[in-house]
Amino acid sequence: MLRSPRAIPYLLLLPSIVVIAAVVLVPVLVSLWSSFTPYNLTRPATLFTFVGWRNYQRLFANADFWWAFGRTLVFVTVALNLELVFGLALALLVNRVTTGRKTIRTIMMFPMMFSPILVGFQFKYVFNDSVGILNNALFSLGLITRPIPWLVNGALANFSILAAEIWMSTSIFAILLLSGLLALPQDPIEAAKVDGCNPVQVFRHITLPFLMPFIYIAMTIRSLDVARAYDMVRIMTNGGPAGRTELLWTLIARVGYQNSQMGMANAMGYVSILTSIAFTFYFYRKLSLSRRYMGGAE
Amino acid sequence: MSARMIEQPWQRWAIRFALFVALAILCIPGLWVVLTAFRPNVEIMARPPVWIPQHPTLDNFRRIFGLLPAEQQGLPVADYFRNSLVISVTSTIIAILVGMMGGYAFARFRFRGKKAMFLGFMLSRTVPGIALSLPLFIVWSRLGLIDTKIGMIVIYLAINIPFTIWLTDGFFRQIPVDLSDAAQIDGCTRWQAFWKIEFPLARSGLASAAIFAFLTSWNEYALAAQITRTTNAKTMPVGLMDFTAQFTVDWAGMSAMAVLIIIPALILTFIVQKHLIAGLTFGGVKG
Repeated sequence: MLRSPRAIPYLLLLPSIVVIAAVVLVPVLVSLWSSFTPYNLTRPATLFTFVGWRNYQRLFANADFWWAFGRTLVFVTVALNLELVFGLALALLVNRVTTGRKTIRTIMMFPMMFSPILVGFQFKYVFNDSVGILNNALFSLGLITRPIPWLVNGALANFSILAAEIWMSTSIFAILLLSGLLALPQDPIEAAKVDGCNPVQVFRHITLPFLMPFIYIAMTIRSLDVARAYDMVRIMTNGGPAGRTELLWTLIARVGYQNSQMGMANAMGYVSILTSIAFTFYFYRKLSLSRRYMGGAE
Repeated sequence: MSARMIEQPWQRWAIRFALFVALAILCIPGLWVVLTAFRPNVEIMARPPVWIPQHPTLDNFRRIFGLLPAEQQGLPVADYFRNSLVISVTSTIIAILVGMMGGYAFARFRFRGKKAMFLGFMLSRTVPGIALSLPLFIVWSRLGLIDTKIGMIVIYLAINIPFTIWLTDGFFRQIPVDLSDAAQIDGCTRWQAFWKIEFPLARSGLASAAIFAFLTSWNEYALAAQITRTTNAKTMPVGLMDFTAQFTVDWAGMSAMAVLIIIPALILTFIVQKHLIAGLTFGGVKG
């Protein structure tokens, strides 16, 4: 049986499956189990006490959780949309210049090399009220007389984190969309122009539909790593001031590791896992559909 | 939208200006950190700010490596660097070997459950790091893997394998099946055909997949922060947090460490940039 050619692909995939099972599948099941227990790190025996839906009931009755959950959804939605818009704008700009495109693309890759924790550190520094470059520049230009407390004020801190997130990930959109633009066939555009389409019409009816698969690839890739924002927030504000920048991920870390309430944290973790999967699945489906559409058009 | 469109001079200048501003925003924060790494503390705190470093120094680097005897004791940055290197390199090599096998299986074979399995691998990547760290912390502490390099290597393997499969699947698909078939007709076994024909053709793609895997491990924080504790296994990104206390931040030391983290990433990304785009889009669009 093992020697038959039918077994070959399974044998080739076996090591991958074993690793994923050990590091993701089993732990995710452990996570599911422990979310039904009052597991506390200080009392190991509690891992084996089953309490049913109690953690989830408490969770869904907890305002802090809903704030963090809602803030995370808003944060992700706003960030992804702005990244798409800025990335598209940047790609269109680069597509319009003919010289130095390679150099520009290299510079655009700059933020992609940064570890999220570094992006967080960098913007913690940029937005620091006493030594940060932003306040320094505003002072030097005479625009402000008192330092702006970027990371101390709740609303400003949310803005700062959003800015850091957008800085980190706009490039991914820009680079992917630029490669789409470079692959764009010129004939339909020329034809449309001859037929009297204006640039806006050309963009809406030719360029944009062609770019859709690229947009979905970018969205799929981003939805896979969107939780990297945790690293950034951890170092920039760690959820503060007074929980005003708390995202689901920072809340999980706080409940699980600082308060040792592992059972509760795993329940939250499960909510975040299911949300992420739903999110990725949505874009992946869109990607498959647009791929099929592209295949049909060829 | 094409470059062939006739442009007014003012339009050309407007585009250049907009691009310049965008690229400046992308560069300045990082540049500022690099400059800070080479500044004495007095200059960092100076008011009015000192823009161009007046007294460039390597003292910040000496300090974080504990080479300045008189001042504070150094942090174990050398240990962190070694841990990061060992963990990232080992997990990358294994991930490429294992992932390549998987990618080849997806590209060249039809088998039952193929689609579901591929989706399963991709979905395994959607689990947020911090959510995964909770059960891993529970399981790893029962297995005695907390704060070990092996423990981290295995975790990064699981993170890198799905992406490697995705990339190599794309690369192998681009290589015509006929080449391998021809070699097999000429008397090669499938195994020989793979190593003589398909592997050399996919080599540059594999190299870029390796660099991706290395960078993912090198930059990862959420899992390493919970699973590692001491100089046994703590990595650079985790070590970076050593510099922040509740109310004080050692900007100079942190910037120096940031430069140490970014340099390998910079070099590797520069090498791989050509494949970066091709890898991401080909793997995705031509599926």
